[in-house]
Formats: sequence, structure tokens, C-alpha cells
Amino acid sequence: MKILTGNDLQSGDVIWWAGDGWSRLVAEAVDVGERGDDLARTEEAALRVVGAYVIDGTLTEEGPRPAHIKDRIRALGPTIRPDLTLKPADADIGKWVI
Amino acid sequence: MGDLTMYRYDSYDQAIVDARVEEFRDQTQRRLAGQLTEDQFKPLRLMNGLYLQLHAYMLRVAIPYGTLSAAQMRVLGGIARKYDKGYGHFTTRQNLQYNWIKLSDAPDILAELAKVEMHAIQTSGNCIRNISSDQYAGVDAAEVADPRPWAELLRQWSTFHPEFTYLPRKFKIAVIAADEDRSAMRLHDIGLKLVSRDGVIGAEVYAGGGMGRTPMVAPLIRDFVTEDEIVAYLEACLRVYNRYGRRDNKYKARIKILVHEIGVEEYRRQVEEEFAHMRQQGLNPPVEELARIRAFFAPPAYETGLSDKIDRADPAFALWVDRNVAAHKAAGYAIVNISLKPQGGIPGDASAEQMELVADLADRYSLGEIRVTHAQNLVLPHVRKADLPAVWQALEEAGLAEANLDLITDIIACPGLDYCALANARAIPVAQKIAARFADPQRQRDLGELKLKISGCINACGHHHAGHIGILGVDRKGVENYQLLLGGSGAQDASLGQITGPGFSEDGVVEAIEKVTDIYLEQRQDGERFLDTYRRIGMKPFKEAIYG
Repeated sequence: MKILTGNDLQSGDVIWWAGDGWSRLVAEAVDVGERGDDLARTEEAALRVVGAYVIDGTLTEEGPRPAHIKDRIRALGPTIRPDLTLKPADADIGKWVI
Repeated sequence: MGDLTMYRYDSYDQAIVDARVEEFRDQTQRRLAGQLTEDQFKPLRLMNGLYLQLHAYMLRVAIPYGTLSAAQMRVLGGIARKYDKGYGHFTTRQNLQYNWIKLSDAPDILAELAKVEMHAIQTSGNCIRNISSDQYAGVDAAEVADPRPWAELLRQWSTFHPEFTYLPRKFKIAVIAADEDRSAMRLHDIGLKLVSRDGVIGAEVYAGGGMGRTPMVAPLIRDFVTEDEIVAYLEACLRVYNRYGRRDNKYKARIKILVHEIGVEEYRRQVEEEFAHMRQQGLNPPVEELARIRAFFAPPAYETGLSDKIDRADPAFALWVDRNVAAHKAAGYAIVNISLKPQGGIPGDASAEQMELVADLADRYSLGEIRVTHAQNLVLPHVRKADLPAVWQALEEAGLAEANLDLITDIIACPGLDYCALANARAIPVAQKIAARFADPQRQRDLGELKLKISGCINACGHHHAGHIGILGVDRKGVENYQLLLGGSGAQDASLGQITGPGFSEDGVVEAIEKVTDIYLEQRQDGERFLDTYRRIGMKPFKEAIYG
């Protein structure tokens, strides 16, 4: 699958294209197919995202999984600060294999 | 900020910084309103130290030559709490980085910094970056002069220097004044070492050093330039680089490539030619200006008649004193190193509370002054020996009394792939695993001075080339892999580490380091550090132990 990601212009938060808007959860990312670059341009022009780019991913039982470790770390947060990961209270976070 | 012995802004400094804050506030508002595109805004935010990193915007705050007042440190802690996630990261360039900044907050943060004479100007871009210096400046009995006035003079000279705002590439300068190099001076684009010749103060000038993908130890370009001509000579060095440094390839754009390609002799000849021209133009700052700056750094009124005796009854305190406390030039005083490398911690990270505690300790015990080291530690430069137990107790309670200065667990590590958009591999987890493997304090002391440095990519922010043991993280088909280097040094015996051979996994590199240290323990002769043994016996025994 193709995933569109970037950072929220104002907050800098990592965000993922969820079909009808942006989500902070990679689990809500959708396959953008060939529309990624067009979406990125539109959303950047609308001041909703900065530095948007398309990545490869796979759809797993836990949801979309970015292909590259850099984007998996972006999705989760710094691996050495579990207190700052996106869902620190979520027990399933511990199963995420970087 | 009281009667500090550090530079204080005059009205010009303050006006420049205040104006810059308002300019950036306007630029940010225009960006958020859609009046500036990211392509237009990016160079503007970078000029104010604001990067876009993996998880958010990152703000790099300049700490001029690693010198901070307690009031400044308190503000840094407050910003960490108010605008970030409660912590900051001290870097190998003696700066501080915040990892979780909102673009809309950035102007307010810069305004708070400006109130305590701080900014983030020239912490990015192809300009002269923050000047670095010796964390023991002004308190080391062995220095020929205090390097801080020159560092401050160069800060003022390089700030918004119109000719050097768009250099071929970024430019880093270090100033030291002692034979012991605690600043990796020869791994800078230009390194100045203040020396005394026949009672006259001047500088040895080194040019063309650096790390990154093409590491080089800077050669000596001039063995003496008198203090009143240092600025003109640097101007000549920069002018030759600015004219002939390569702009066609960013990987070959640093001054080290120019010096290497045309040769030291030719570079020196061109600089001398330019210098002769400069001399006629009268570009050196007035002697009175250096005197004005130097007056800020006059030695504080140290108490006299203090005892040099230290009560070593507590064994843990005694170990900390032996490791982390250094000699001060004034009788009865000591230099305290605060390790930011606790077991399980993140090298260089400090929480808001820790920053505020260090600020309080500086106010109470160190004449209000703090230093930041390129090894990502902090220093209280003026502590009465009688106060050492109280300082240690307070640090101990805050998890800041790790007695590991320059030992194998005092690891330099860049933010790596946990934070940095340029990184290929994580550096911090590797540092943590090595620290855990060598957690036994006695084992660390048995190994003695062993500087271990980790970078998460070839840009070498973690100084891996200069580590007695260096680690470079690389991306091998999407998997983190770690190359091992041996024999580097950033000190007065500067050298570049050599790669041992094929890389390792995260766990594999920890195993390899253990084998390397075992060979050292087997082979070392009396008084040899790891680096000395490596230089005597060479790479071969280590390679055999690692790869079989």
C-alpha cells in the first residue's frame, strides 16, 4: 500500500492521511494509491501539512505498517522514551516491532 | 544576572536580537496565514535554528562558547516545561535542542530567550555557527589566557557578517588556550589555540579540520598571529574559502576539502596574500573593544584563605571527586563536572527540573555560572572545595552524580534515528546497551579513560571518528547496522579512528566492544590508556578478537 504522511504545519505533529483528513494514528492511514502526490500538493496548499511525502507500507493485522524503520519510528515516537510514544497506555504498543 | 564574570549584552546586542525575534514573529504569522510557502519560509526558519525533524519542529538554541548563567539555564528549563515535553538535549556543539516545538510557539520561545540574552541565530545554515571553546576556560591554571574574550569577539564579528552569511557550507570555529584540548579544536573548520610567544599573546591557527563523511584533522596554517590581528587573519581564511570553496557539490563544500585539494601550502599562501591586503584596510577591531569585552571576563572575587582539604569519608563521594572534579586555578576551589550520562539515561538529555536544579546549584555554589561541554555534560566552574559534599548530595538526589567522566559509559551519542530526519540508525539505544553492559563502576574505572562516541549517520554529530572507540550507524537495506572504529581522538593527540571491518547488529556491536576491551586489558602496559595500547599494538589483535 501507499501511505501519505507529513507533519502538521502548526504543531509539527506527525500525521497520516486517513481518507477524509489527517490522523495522528498510523492505524488510520489509508492506501492513497497513485493519488499521493496530488493530495500532498492540495493539502500543503491548504496549510494543513508540511513536508508531505508518500511511503510504502503493508497492511498487517495490526493495521498499516510503514516499510521503512524511519517511518515506523515516526509513527510510534522515540523508541527510548516509551513515556512519549503515541499511545503509552496501549498494551499493544509493546508488541510493535521496530 | 548579577555580577557574573561573563559577557553581557550591550544595547546593540539586545536590539539586534529583539529585532530578529519580531522579524521571525512576522515571518511565522505570514507562513501560518499562507502568505509564505514552505520553500520561502524554510530558509527563514532555519536561520533562526528551527528545523523540521522526525516528530516535530526542533529548535537549536545557541549557547555561546558553552557558557551559561544560572538565570539562562533556569529559562532553558522553563521553556522545556512550558513549550516542550519537559526536557532538552545538550549537543556536541555545546548547544541545546528542543525536540517538540510548535511552529506557532517558536516566536514566543525566542522572545523568552532574548530576555536572558540568548537566541537561536546561526545555529543552522551555511554561515559561521556558534563558537565553541574549552569548558574550563578561565579556571584552568594551565591556560595561557582566558579564551572566552576571543570567543566573544568572534561571536560578535561573525554574527550577521554580511560576507559570510552564504558560505559554500557551514563553518565551525573553536578557540582554546591550553595544551590539553577539551574542545576537539583540530576537528573544526578553523581552530585557534592561544599561545604566548616572548610574553606576547597570539594564536596558532589550524584550518581544514572536520568530521562528516570526509574526516580530517586540521593542519597548522600559521604558527603565530598576534592577538590584535586574529580577526583580520580569520577574515582572510574565510575570504579564501568563500571565494574558492566548492559550491557545486555540498559533500565537497567544506573548507577541509579546499585545503586538501589545493594543499596546505597553497591555501596558506593565498591566505597570507589576502591577510596582507586586509592589514592595509584596517579591519581589525579597535584594541579598546577587545579590552571592553575582556573586562567582562575578569576573574571573580574568589575568597582567600580557603582550605584545599576535602572530607573523603563517604566512599561514594570520594569516587565522584576523583572522577568528576578537576583542579581549579584558585586555591580552595574546584571545577565540578556534572555527567549527563546516568545508567539508563539518554546522553545529553536533561529534564526541566534537572536544568533548574543545576541553575540553583550554580547560584548557590558556582558564582552563578555553568558551562556546557562538547561531550554533552555540564560544568560548575567555581565551587569551593568545602561545598563539594553539598553539591554532590544535591546532584545525587537528582540522578546527576554519575561518577563516570571520560569513562566508557560517558558516551557521546547524537539523537540518531529516534529524533533526526537525517539519521540512518539509532544511536541512543546502542549507548544505553553499552552503558548497561559496563555498568559496574569498578569495571569502568579498571578500563580507565575510554572515550566512546556514536553517530547515527555519516554526518558524525556524535563524533565517532574521534572516539577511542567509535560507532557509526548505517542503513543496510532498511536494517540498522553498526560499524566499529578504533583509535580516534579529539584531544591534543587528535587522530581519526579506523574501521575494524564488517558492521554489526545492535547487540553484535556491544559484544564486539567487550572483546575489544578484553584485548586492551590483556595487552596494556603500565599506565596505558586504551588509546595508547591501540596505537602501540595496532588494529590486528583487535580485529582477530572481533572477527576470529
